[in-house]
Amino acid sequence: MSIVLAVLVAWLFAVGTYLVLQRALTRIVLGLGLMSHGAILLLVAVGGRAGRPPLVGKGDDGAGIAAPLPQAFALTAIVIGFGMTAFLLALAYKSWVGTSDDEVQDDVEDLLSGLGGSDDGSDDEPWVEFEAEDHPDVSKRAKP
Amino acid sequence: MSLVVLPVILPLFGSGLALLAIRSLVLQRVIALGTNLAALGCAIGLLVAVESDGIQAQTVGAWPAGVGITIVADLAAAMFLLVSLVVIVLVQVFAVGQGSDEGNPRIGQPVYLVLSAGVSLSFLTGDLFNLFVAFEVMLIASYVLLTMRATGKVVRSSMTYVVINILASTLLLSTVGLIYGATGTVNMAELVTRYPELPQATQTALGVLLISVFAIKAALFPFFFWLPDSYPTAPVAVTAVFAGLLTKVGIYTLIRSTTILQLDDARWLLVVAASLTMVVGVIGAIVQSDIKRILSFHIISQVGYMVMGLAIGTVAGLTGAVLYVVHHIPVKTALFLVGGLVEDATGTAQLSRLGGLVRRAPVFAVLFLIPALSLAGVPPFSGFLAKLSVIVAGLEAEEYVMVAASLVASLFTIFSMSKIWAGVFWGTADDPTPALAEAEANEQKLPVHPVTTAATATLVLATLIVPIFGGTVFELAERAALQLLDSSDYIEAVMNS
Repeated sequence: MSIVLAVLVAWLFAVGTYLVLQRALTRIVLGLGLMSHGAILLLVAVGGRAGRPPLVGKGDDGAGIAAPLPQAFALTAIVIGFGMTAFLLALAYKSWVGTSDDEVQDDVEDLLSGLGGSDDGSDDEPWVEFEAEDHPDVSKRAKP
Repeated sequence: MSLVVLPVILPLFGSGLALLAIRSLVLQRVIALGTNLAALGCAIGLLVAVESDGIQAQTVGAWPAGVGITIVADLAAAMFLLVSLVVIVLVQVFAVGQGSDEGNPRIGQPVYLVLSAGVSLSFLTGDLFNLFVAFEVMLIASYVLLTMRATGKVVRSSMTYVVINILASTLLLSTVGLIYGATGTVNMAELVTRYPELPQATQTALGVLLISVFAIKAALFPFFFWLPDSYPTAPVAVTAVFAGLLTKVGIYTLIRSTTILQLDDARWLLVVAASLTMVVGVIGAIVQSDIKRILSFHIISQVGYMVMGLAIGTVAGLTGAVLYVVHHIPVKTALFLVGGLVEDATGTAQLSRLGGLVRRAPVFAVLFLIPALSLAGVPPFSGFLAKLSVIVAGLEAEEYVMVAASLVASLFTIFSMSKIWAGVFWGTADDPTPALAEAEANEQKLPVHPVTTAATATLVLATLIVPIFGGTVFELAERAALQLLDSSDYIEAVMNS
């Protein structure tokens, strides 16, 4: 594995980890994207030395070519990573539309459990009648 | 075409058909249920074939084995597949009865079929990279099911689920890449021989990475925090199928990878994780006051028992682990479905707003009692057999601390099942919901929806199969464990496919 690629993979993972630990959803999405790039680069790097041709003509025993399997892996991973990033962006958008805020909030349910109360989290389920007066803002209830 | 590939191909094909039939909900339901039933038929055929003729394998695309992707079913995989498909079909009936696949766009059924294909492929694949793909297929379907109708707070908690799982998948991808770099193969049968040739330090490092990834998927301590945040917020049919299947797929891959890679020096890690998972999960459950959240914490605790069987590592231990998965998948799903029935009938799943359902809805009480006692390990239900075999194996292997942890967790399980029982079925509600208050005032029974109740009842009856045919199931599980520990048949089947 070339040292440049190894350092680059490590760098992508480091930056990705830093971004994923942030509160803003867009940064998390970017961080996950960088990490998946790191993983894909790792797949390419394990395929053997750089500079080998991907394919040689018919009848060759395949000794001089780059390993084709990691390239197939990398292509598959790129497609999957692309789909996931698109989905995540859509979800982040949905979250932004819902709360007009990009921040990831603390889970109120966790806070409430410690206080002995609980919201049933059912306000989005179509078969449950939602009554506003029975469900005061959870964040207010979370404060002792 | 061999029978092994059908449980994967049929649902994917059905998913395409169901998408084409997007204009007609009835047609979609017929297609989706039909394909899952066909896949279930294949799973039954597969279990019979594996039981009588040994491991079934098929390398797809006419590549030689080791290059192409191998789909392979041994006894453990075939058993898990069968149980999973039974659950998938019954939850689908429940969802149809509830009408939770209605509303636009009508993508619920097609996505559910993709989930079914992903779960089947995870059980059946004999290739590490393909396992990554199977996970992604399963997870992307689960993301969509979780967030399809979500708004506001639910989006936030599903975001945790999605981000954690994508992170775990990225780690899995890197680990698969590193394993390929070290051994030159991702075929599990080839890894059996090539992996032990690596230097000891490399083996341990890659093994711990792989165990961590699957521990995130299986919600093991300390990677369990995402589960109780996200599962309870989804519609009940979705939560039920997730609770039954997704973490168990993680357990299956954990069992598969530790036996294939012979990770003996990482065993202490599993012992610690299993003990803490059992205890921490159940303690988490005690403080909750919502049916779905209590049950979600119990998933974590129960996963600990399965890993306990795996951590013991003997034939008896693995037998226990296999039995535990087979017992747990239908029982857990049934409990969530009963929670859904209660929620549908009364409008809430909060213990403080429920009470006295043993008079208002005795059917629900019976349907809850059987799986709840089974979960706690009370004889003669399936949980007793599973728990007993894990604990006996633990005593034989002299893992006393872990056995003690499992007994403590068991005690608390009974406690929190009685908490649900006392809160929902006995007594009276402190603050009853309108539906419940009306039924109480008129001394009437709560409405019982026929289709959803029938689906739940069938699943509850299915959990009784394990204790009734205890001997046969135990013998099958034992043979599955032997196959897991001795890979020679597995390698032979894969190489000759």
